[in-house]
Amino acid sequence: MSLPAFLGRRLLQLIPTLIFILIVVFVLVRLLPGDPASAILGDRALDADVERINRELGLDRPLPVQFWAFVQSVFTGNLGNSISMKIPVTQLIWERLPITMLLTFMAALIAVVVAVPLAFVAALRRDRIADSAIRGAFQVGLSMPVFYVGLILLTVFGAKLRWFPVGGYGDGFVDQLYHLFLPAVTLALSLSAILMRNLRSAIIGVVDAEYVTFARAKGLRPRLILFRHILRNALISTLTLFGLSIGTLLGGAVITESVFAVPGAGRLMIDSIYGRDYPVVQGLTIALAVLVSLTFLLTDILQAWLDPRVTR
Amino acid sequence: MSEPILRVRGLTTTFGDGALHAVRDVSFDVMPGEVLGLVGESGSGKSVTLRSLLRLLPAGGRVAGSVCWHGRDVLAMNEAELRGVRGGEISMIFQEPMTALNPVLPIRVQIEENLRAHTKLDGRGRRARARELMDLVGIPDAARRLDEFPHQFSGGMRQRAMIAIALASDPKLLLADEPTTALDVTIQDQILKLILELRDELAMSVVFVTHDLGVVSATCDRMAVMYAGRIVEEGAVADVFACPRHAYTHGLLGSVPQAGAERSMLLSIEGTPPGLARIPEGCAFNPRCDFATDICRRTRPRLAEMSPGHHAACHNAGAVAAAGSPVRRAMRDG
Repeated sequence: MSLPAFLGRRLLQLIPTLIFILIVVFVLVRLLPGDPASAILGDRALDADVERINRELGLDRPLPVQFWAFVQSVFTGNLGNSISMKIPVTQLIWERLPITMLLTFMAALIAVVVAVPLAFVAALRRDRIADSAIRGAFQVGLSMPVFYVGLILLTVFGAKLRWFPVGGYGDGFVDQLYHLFLPAVTLALSLSAILMRNLRSAIIGVVDAEYVTFARAKGLRPRLILFRHILRNALISTLTLFGLSIGTLLGGAVITESVFAVPGAGRLMIDSIYGRDYPVVQGLTIALAVLVSLTFLLTDILQAWLDPRVTR
Repeated sequence: MSEPILRVRGLTTTFGDGALHAVRDVSFDVMPGEVLGLVGESGSGKSVTLRSLLRLLPAGGRVAGSVCWHGRDVLAMNEAELRGVRGGEISMIFQEPMTALNPVLPIRVQIEENLRAHTKLDGRGRRARARELMDLVGIPDAARRLDEFPHQFSGGMRQRAMIAIALASDPKLLLADEPTTALDVTIQDQILKLILELRDELAMSVVFVTHDLGVVSATCDRMAVMYAGRIVEEGAVADVFACPRHAYTHGLLGSVPQAGAERSMLLSIEGTPPGLARIPEGCAFNPRCDFATDICRRTRPRLAEMSPGHHAACHNAGAVAAAGSPVRRAMRDG
């Protein structure tokens, strides 16, 4: 199979995925306990008012009709209006989602920058002091809950040392990066531990591979052997893990944003769930799901580039 | 007679802080243009010996002794000198081309990186040489196949590709670690022929590690039989086959099925080779040996010259020789 054919097939696979996402989102939101009318009107609402609200929101119609309307609106780019904030959901997503994407991207970047070199050191010094120290440190990192790490970082680097702001989101790109740094580190911690462990064992598996011995037998320079022969092969499995972790990372962003008071999509999601703001929850979930699907697509493309056995 | 191009003396390879001796006190010479077979069962130390020549050992392996190549000791070289010898002057091919070729790199890259390391060819020169090498090892449609990946080749073609990579920079010695073991018999034959042709064409020597005595008789000029990390018998292939002097060699020859010979019981050597950690006292082979006497259990026999150029380390070499070669009749009739 050629690369274009592979890409074409991979893109086609996105379609059933997206349909499935729409169904799940639609059903899940309606399975939430409580209903939007009472959330809007409060506990002592009159039945007549509840009925009126339900009619306005189209919630009195049969479920298949609601679903069809939902699908139509999604494909026309209209995700409805927020019930509590009275503004279009798309506008909310445009405002909040980029913040979460930036946070996730920073966290992924930090995780990779930390994990890759340390994995190398640990793998090439297997079972020596450096290896044990690195693995021990990451083990601690991996076993601490995200919110707890976030609180520690906040207390030490925010409140005590005052190196970083304790929360919120700055003005201008650089200030935003500055505000997002601690949350990103918090988020990156467990991912970097997972990546480090995976890459370390992948490298150990590759170092003793016959083709690495052959590369040495050819008299190649160690650096060439390391990057061309060892790293590239070791990265194949780690890349898959990395792609799959992006979804988890977005989930972690929800908690991290709450701890650091970052006004991102995670915070918006939690607020909307509490407020039974169906349209926002639906819209955000779809946006996040599409984002994750695209990440998987990107991972597969990178994978095909790294490993020719995928496509040829 | 001309000078040997490779002179190995007292080669000893240990693992795990010197606790395990995989190779002990191995010495041999390789003459220009010669094919030397290193023969033995799995675990006899033949592959480790081969890898030790280029210091290609996994972590924890240590090599002592001397490997004299054109007046320089490979074991004493610094990293840069060693890189010059590896792939440039002495090349190596492996048993399993599927695992010895990097799965994610096209064959072209794997050939050209060798040329880049050892020649002054520019990009165009390297491309031309890569194509030439593919022709040399008999891979048709070279231009297209160069851009393919190892998994797109058949087993025999993969082995040819590996040979092309190993020979890229005109080495004078080829170390072949069971290069045909993983192949079908017909393909095996083609590859052996190819290696012999290339030996003549490129005027190189070959050290051929194998457990297959059929391969040895078909390809090698001289052979060295290894057991438990030591050479136990060494000599011209015809001499050793005609008159084995070590009980182990005698047993090995008896275990080879012979075409054309009248039907007879296939002999086998009872038991398994000893593990590195528990090599028996005296002659390492004595627990499995039909000729063993008291002295074999006490004293390790030294390698001694039995006839010109034929050495064996066996207390009962006389008795073994008197028993006659298991293949003698077949060789005479064939």
